[in-house]
Amino acid sequence: MTATSRSVPARTPPSGTAGAVAVDAPDRPWEPRWLNVARRRAAAWVEAHGFPTVKHEDWRYTKIDAALAVPLAAPPQGAVGDVDTLALADLPTPPLGGVRVVVVNGRVAAGLSSTGGALAPGMRVEPLADALHKSQGSLEQAWGWHADGYAHALRALNDAATLDGVLIELAAGALVEDPIEIVYASVPAPGAGWSHPRVVVVAGAGARATLVETYLSGPSGSSVTNAVTQVHLGQGAELEHCVLQGAGMDSFCFSSLEARLARGSRLSSRLLATGGRVGRHEVDVVLADEGAELSLDGLFLTGAGQHHDNPVLVDHAAPSCTSRQLYKGVVSGDGHGVFNGHIVVRPGADGTDAAQVNKNLLLSDRAEVDTRPRLEINADEVACSHGAAVGQLDPDALFYLRSRGVSEGEARAVLVSGFAREVLDRFGRGSIRGRAEELAMAAGLLALGEDGHGDDAVTAGLARARPGGR
Amino acid sequence: MLVVDDLHASIGGTEILHGLSLEIGDGEIHAVMGPNGSGKSTLAHVLAGRDPYQVTAGRVLYDGADLLAMTPEERAAAGVFLGFQHPVEIPGVPTMYFLRTALNALRRARHHEELGPVEFLALVDAKRRLVDMDRSLLDRAVNDGFSGGERKRNEILQMLVLEPRLAVLDETDSGLDIDALRVVAAGVRSLRAPHRSAVVITHHRRLLDHLVPDQVHVLAGGRIVRSGGADLAAELEAHGYAGVHEPGAEPHPVSTATAR
Ligand SMILES: Nc1ncnc2c1ncn2[C@@H]1O[C@H](COP(=O)(O)OP(=O)(O)OP(=O)(O)O)[C@@H](O)[C@H]1O
Ligand SMILES: [Mg+2]
Repeated sequence: MTATSRSVPARTPPSGTAGAVAVDAPDRPWEPRWLNVARRRAAAWVEAHGFPTVKHEDWRYTKIDAALAVPLAAPPQGAVGDVDTLALADLPTPPLGGVRVVVVNGRVAAGLSSTGGALAPGMRVEPLADALHKSQGSLEQAWGWHADGYAHALRALNDAATLDGVLIELAAGALVEDPIEIVYASVPAPGAGWSHPRVVVVAGAGARATLVETYLSGPSGSSVTNAVTQVHLGQGAELEHCVLQGAGMDSFCFSSLEARLARGSRLSSRLLATGGRVGRHEVDVVLADEGAELSLDGLFLTGAGQHHDNPVLVDHAAPSCTSRQLYKGVVSGDGHGVFNGHIVVRPGADGTDAAQVNKNLLLSDRAEVDTRPRLEINADEVACSHGAAVGQLDPDALFYLRSRGVSEGEARAVLVSGFAREVLDRFGRGSIRGRAEELAMAAGLLALGEDGHGDDAVTAGLARARPGGR
Repeated sequence: MLVVDDLHASIGGTEILHGLSLEIGDGEIHAVMGPNGSGKSTLAHVLAGRDPYQVTAGRVLYDGADLLAMTPEERAAAGVFLGFQHPVEIPGVPTMYFLRTALNALRRARHHEELGPVEFLALVDAKRRLVDMDRSLLDRAVNDGFSGGERKRNEILQMLVLEPRLAVLDETDSGLDIDALRVVAAGVRSLRAPHRSAVVITHHRRLLDHLVPDQVHVLAGGRIVRSGGADLAAELEAHGYAGVHEPGAEPHPVSTATAR
């Protein structure tokens, strides 16, 4: 179950074997020249390397063939006009109180977005399509991250094909209290293809903010989202980041968080994945300078017919940085969960403190989990630990609950909730936590208090479980 | 209330109970004592419906109904409560939430309205004072990191909240300090009512001094080998079990109380 790799981690891929793909990267005269060059370079990369197959180390368990049946191109301009008509009722409620940007089929829907009142001083939020028209230094840098090659074609494809998204810039010292919210919605549209939304967050020294990204899609129709969120934290900056993946059961949701952490900066990123036929949330963080801190938490609730893949690369490139990872998976039916976590401690990154834990609960005998925590240490005086566990519901605990009168279905849900709580608690206690619990409840595996946040669950009403789950 | 008749039960293919019979009337407290490994917890688990135990012969009637045909949750709904010798930890599930889930499950099964949060809190607060349990324990996950004594108090608290008709307490007095022992005894006594009964499994006479059981049974080698009044506990303490479980070699005749 545990595999250790001694090779230096690949940011360059093994040779791809997928068939030839032609990626359109037409010149966009309205965009700056550097971007045209970067897009062509990325498109050429995809053509040269092809799409990842199961032979690709990080795609061993995730097949994308079915997603490739959907056209790679973004929806035509015409389809985007409809996005403002998406019923507001379909968007998550209540709003989190800050800026909300709604991205429909890869395009910002201005009519659904709002600034949530006055912007905090020092914060700039702009649709990416607008920002790309101008020559933004921060965007040029963002496109330069993979100038010497990509990890896989989906990442390159986003560079080549993204049309829109959000640019968030925080000036040095900016403190943004209310969460910045981005909602990605996929709605059926004639000729809709893959969407490649892109978010770039650049936080100046000491800036602080919270970013919540929610993935949704309509109940019908197959859609493919290939989102990239890039985060650059300046010295001492702090970002709280949450990803709520509640995409429709027939959709493919590929998302990727890439972060570079400067000296003394802090990133906390949490994932809750319940949706999608295939959900793959990739995390790639470089702790680039001394004293940076990273905390990653993930909870995937993977039901029948679903596949959730969680590739994580934490790169300790500087001394005295700290990273913590806690990923938990609950897999039922014939679902398949994957945790593929890799910690690399580079030469010279002395005093690294890194820990990685992955625990999984299998709720049926057809459920499957693959967990591969990997640790690669090339420095001295490091404290690194990793562990993985795969188990089933504790029969003693199940009997304990049943002996108190709780039905078997509800008892199972209570135990699953107990297992999940540790990660849900990391979503805090406010409205984001509420959103996360709602999503988790909708997955049908949990029994949480009706309005129960954390320990408040005890005073909240009893939520009756949906027996049997999915 | 409860009739156990010639019960044979095994686990993992090994027969542990070899024809155990016991009869408990309404409002009675019966103590079951006996050497380690004699089958006391097995009896308790079989009464509560624990999975891996298999009943190979005999029957158990609870208020005339076939107890063994019921699921554990049905037994609980019918008023059976097992106080576990080794209460289970449930990480991530706050004790308070566990209690409320249980109580409301029982109330639903009995077609009573569920208790709202406020009423429930008031109820638990009153009960927890009876067992002298700190409020902070209730916010912690069930038995997670609880000391041995705290776990046992938690069992008693659950019993007080759920108000069973038949409580089977498996060594709830083991590992308790003297105050806690009084608490357990007070807990059991507070539930004493003409329609409620209890089976108290114990190794110690002390609890029985507090409780004064109607009958004391000796379970040895998978059977009840001797039954008597409350004074039997004192006698056992003085002489031990030696000889008691050798049928025919009993130093003391079976007392007048029926062992059925
Ligand atoms: N899974 C099992 N397979 C075989 N034998 C078992 C199994 N579980 C329990 N036993 C045995 O059943 C016997 C009765 O156990 P039980 O727990 O009922 O004893 P007890 O009277 O409660 O003892 P104590 O006073 O120590 O609590 C013991 O000898 C025990 O080893
Ligand atoms: Mg025992």
